Amino acid sequence: MNTVTRATPASRVAMIIAVLALIVLAAAPWWAGRADLRLLGEIFLYLSLACLWNLMAGYAGLVSVGQQAFVGFGGYMLFALAIFGGLHPIVAILLAGVLAGLISVPIAALIFRLKGAYFAIGTWVVAEVFRLTFAQISALGGGSGSSLPVDIVRSLADSRSGREALSYWLALGAAVTVITCVYLFLRSRRGLALTAIRDSEVAASGLGIDIWRTKLEVYVVTSAFTAVIGGLLFLQKLRISPDAAFSVNDWTAFVIFIVVIGGIGTLEGPIIGTILFFLLRETLADFGTIYLMVLGVVAIVVMLKAPKGVWGLVRDRYDLELFPLSYRVNTKPKGD
Amino acid sequence: MSALLSISGLKKSFGAVVVADDTSFDVAHGEAVGILGPNGAGKTSLFNLITGALGPDAGQIAFAGQDISNTSAARRCKLGIARSFQVPQPFGGMTVFENALVGAIEGAGLRGHEAEDHVLAVLEDTGLLPKANIRAGALSLLDRKRLEMARALAAKPKLLLLDEIAGGLTEAECTALIDTIKRVNANGTTIIWIEHVVHALLAVVERLIVIDFGKKIAEGAPKAIMESAEVKEIYLGVDPDV
Repeated sequence: MNTVTRATPASRVAMIIAVLALIVLAAAPWWAGRADLRLLGEIFLYLSLACLWNLMAGYAGLVSVGQQAFVGFGGYMLFALAIFGGLHPIVAILLAGVLAGLISVPIAALIFRLKGAYFAIGTWVVAEVFRLTFAQISALGGGSGSSLPVDIVRSLADSRSGREALSYWLALGAAVTVITCVYLFLRSRRGLALTAIRDSEVAASGLGIDIWRTKLEVYVVTSAFTAVIGGLLFLQKLRISPDAAFSVNDWTAFVIFIVVIGGIGTLEGPIIGTILFFLLRETLADFGTIYLMVLGVVAIVVMLKAPKGVWGLVRDRYDLELFPLSYRVNTKPKGD
Repeated sequence: MSALLSISGLKKSFGAVVVADDTSFDVAHGEAVGILGPNGAGKTSLFNLITGALGPDAGQIAFAGQDISNTSAARRCKLGIARSFQVPQPFGGMTVFENALVGAIEGAGLRGHEAEDHVLAVLEDTGLLPKANIRAGALSLLDRKRLEMARALAAKPKLLLLDEIAGGLTEAECTALIDTIKRVNANGTTIIWIEHVVHALLAVVERLIVIDFGKKIAEGAPKAIMESAEVKEIYLGVDPDV
């Protein structure tokens, strides 16, 4: 009798390690210093952005260079809803996600008409429109931006250390939620269809997959999540301005770097890429602009020598899979 | 027998290149039809038109009594049309099993164990079971062609379109392929097969359609068609007057 399974020994070990790491990380406010806590929080938010961009570009083939539109939108919505709507910041961030999902639908209707490089440029244009629009809103500080009022900041927690711990846990929670959602989605029936689209659109549509609808779903969901992450990023910073909120460098270029060096189109890639990116950044931070040049060189070398990224190399060599997405057929001789 | 597929007045051209020139024919339920024609005659384009990968300039395609001329490719697959690609289009990053599973889930609408069991049966049928866990991108050309057929069969089609799947096979492999296709056809699946390996085609099909420059130039019983002067001329380069 032939059976079909999905978990592998490597994935079981990875699961145990992930749970242990999560316990240690959740306790970080008790063992890490203030600066380390901030850094870890930033790492988790970048990890989330990378996982989302990877789902959209690596799987759905939607190579956007305009995700800063939703990062900035989420950040601004947090400020607007908390300041003018009087909402609790966490509620405001979740609502920002819902709103981003809603506005991503008409945006998709517009930019999905564009293909390949034109699509990428289109997303960038949309992000610029967002930046210019928010710079016009004088209630939110116009071009110079605004800070989150003290009473709203206080509503999170009374002490500064309490706020820092909360903001850290929110970042950790966001990363865990994003990775879990992306994993469960890819493992589902719709994820199988999306993976098929990644590999061949013409064959996928010939086998009954509605490509346009699948891409739209991915675009809307990633946009909503990206806005939530944006809200969390600016909850950490407590200050927002159009240039910071809609920065193509911070929210798209670095994210693409992470996904490409880690391994695009795999779930493990963004995780490895995030670790590598922050290792590079923290070791090279003292060298000023040389740091960006080194990042550029690393990106070029990886693209030329290992287009599937670091995880692609490892996976091809050892046939490893940390997230059990694959189906494995165990053939046994008949009569067993 | 009523027609499963009915094509009438189908036209398609890319600029000056005509790939379908007022093509009309019917295919009955359970029939096996072969399509012959020189390279560039518009055979694969005809498949693209039937599956919805291409939209026609004019004309109609009806499937099981329903006009599908403007139906999407995905919808047509769900209705029961599946194909193999002449140039294999495997989902390279997915295993052979997963490739076929896409067909079973999306095309045939199967779920869970039902889908898995169906795929295992199809892989056994097409000789791919020993390679079920191999990434499709790592397959040889021959296995890629097998996978094309397996994936199409996994979608449980009413109409199976096969595009040159016998080329490059050894004699034994070709015999096995013929057996598989005959079995699929005997189980009620209607087949249209484009093939240059004529003896394989003739072993299966009951009717031949010959296409040249997008035009249907002959249609009928295989034996009569193969002996007709027109076919000899375009296929073998024989001048009928000599």
